[in-house]
Amino acid sequence: MSQPLLEVTDLVKRYEAGGPLRRRHPVYALNGVSFAIARGETLGLVGESGSGKSTLGRIVVRLVPASGGSVRFEGQEVFGLEGAPLRALRRRMQMVFQDPYSSLNPRLRAGTAVAEGLEIHRLLPRGEVAGRVAQLFEEVGLDASYVSRYPHELSGGQRQRVGIARALAVDPGFLVCDEPVSALDVSVQAQVLNLLKGLQQRRQLSFLFIAHDLAVVRQLAHRVGVMYFGRIVELASAEVIIQRPRHPYTRALLSAVPQPDPRRQRSRIVLSGEPPKPTAPPPGCPFFSRCFHPSKDSRCTAELPLLRPVGESQVACHYAERSTNSAP
Amino acid sequence: MSALLELRDLTIRFPTALGESVPVSRVSLRIERGETLALVGESGSGKSLTGLALLGLVPPPGKLDAASQILLDGSDVTRLSGEALRALRGGRIGIVFQDALTSLTPVLTVGDQLREAITAHRKLSARGAREAALALLGEVGLPDPASSYGAYPHELSGGQRQRALIAIALAGQPDLLIADEATTALDVTVQAQVLETLDRLRASRGMAILLITHDLGLVAGRADRVAVMYAGQIVEEASTASLFEAPGHPYTRALFRAIPRLESAVDQLTPIPGGVPLPEEWHAGCRFQPRCSEALDKCATLDPPVVPLAPGASSRCWLPAKGDQ
Repeated sequence: MSQPLLEVTDLVKRYEAGGPLRRRHPVYALNGVSFAIARGETLGLVGESGSGKSTLGRIVVRLVPASGGSVRFEGQEVFGLEGAPLRALRRRMQMVFQDPYSSLNPRLRAGTAVAEGLEIHRLLPRGEVAGRVAQLFEEVGLDASYVSRYPHELSGGQRQRVGIARALAVDPGFLVCDEPVSALDVSVQAQVLNLLKGLQQRRQLSFLFIAHDLAVVRQLAHRVGVMYFGRIVELASAEVIIQRPRHPYTRALLSAVPQPDPRRQRSRIVLSGEPPKPTAPPPGCPFFSRCFHPSKDSRCTAELPLLRPVGESQVACHYAERSTNSAP
Repeated sequence: MSALLELRDLTIRFPTALGESVPVSRVSLRIERGETLALVGESGSGKSLTGLALLGLVPPPGKLDAASQILLDGSDVTRLSGEALRALRGGRIGIVFQDALTSLTPVLTVGDQLREAITAHRKLSARGAREAALALLGEVGLPDPASSYGAYPHELSGGQRQRALIAIALAGQPDLLIADEATTALDVTVQAQVLETLDRLRASRGMAILLITHDLGLVAGRADRVAVMYAGQIVEEASTASLFEAPGHPYTRALFRAIPRLESAVDQLTPIPGGVPLPEEWHAGCRFQPRCSEALDKCATLDPPVVPLAPGASSRCWLPAKGDQ
């Protein structure tokens, strides 16, 4: 395989605990995350709130510093870049945020917001900016008349289109999409998902597509990583994750995705127990407290399972080879 | 026998600078004892306002139309006030909101807040109230009732807080529990746990549930019947099985085509064009008409009739029902 576009290795994000004497444990938002994304590929990341998926996205585009590990983009180490090389990197990777209500400046007209990137990076002579913005609006399915609107004059779906146009303005090769449709109404979600899919095909974009909803991720992702407690617990092609999930958490997540199909409901797995507290991580498997795997035993509480190849997947479970079929 | 709750022509009006807004128009519904009715709609459909109206909680300056009736066991509760209204709120009807962190006060323990709800509706000694509170915390599935009792809301996880809210809503032993997006803020696996608990409580207490949600997927296998709201009106009502089998209204059908599925990585989802209209954009005729792929000429100007499809099932649409064609 040729060199991946993005290569993340052993990424760690640690938040030092506050309080007097710093006697509390640090909290690990990410703990040894590794993956790669090929050109033109979409890697989906799913996980519950607090699993570290948004932190991961922000670290990759250098919005948040990491505590350890490495992120290589087009072969170049991203951490430590400053000045002109960092600005050049930011032209190549952009981010689409979840909340189109708070990620757009309420005092900037939509066209101005989209033009900002072009101006900051001085990509075009001043006279050509307006024409380029109009093209971008057309590309994301917005009427050119919307350039003079303020965010509050736009619907949620339209705002998200502006956010996408803004990210595309600098002509990046890679987009981090952090829950790009979860704030939108169901009837509008599909519009934005189709838009992203079309953009990827036309522009040969790579995506890191972060969402809590596996069914949404499924629409765009070639491969899917499942995160739990700051780690990837399963990584496989979208097809394999959906059809043959191996980690018990992936299985529970799949069965819990609300789907408008009454036939699915019979095989529902309802977990019991609570996830561990980030301030008191267990020494072994972080999913142990909610795990329903019939083989689970003392090894799970003593030894942290690491991501390893099992069949067509990579799974972080000591008993990934054994069936979980006697699930409750 | 009369239904536990019956809404007749519930209409809510808000005076605005530009005239009048009617976010809920002529909503009629029945909820039987012990059943789960799902009220499904997108943002701005009027589903939450409908739920609030049942408790006399429509925020001012909103007002119910004079013709609106909310019949609880056959008697109208729209004109209750004072003691009778307090007995209704949290007594006959309990409600659980989406955001437990803002629904609970951060400065009192869960136990304090729960005891307050219990003694508001039942005459119990301090010890009796404490025992009732502990029993409720156990009943809603909190793993360690005694420690949850003494905990402040921030010390609980999201799922635990939502369970604490459910316990508070149950304190008055309601006949109807309104769950208004009660699990929306939770992670899906926790959502499944909490929904399971709600259903267990419904069965064990013989309580009815009004499940208000934007998520049609959540309804499958969990509600007995579904009412779909769009732009302030109920556009379809059906048993859950038949709604999923053969959705009657073009909006419901379009929603199903727009929902991302796990099984089928269909190349393109079919979005519904446009967006949910605001109340000031509602016009004569069918409110879904501008986005409807099946609309007829008259849909733009004439209000569609509510056509019965089966016993307890209806669709607000000019199109002939499937099968009549």
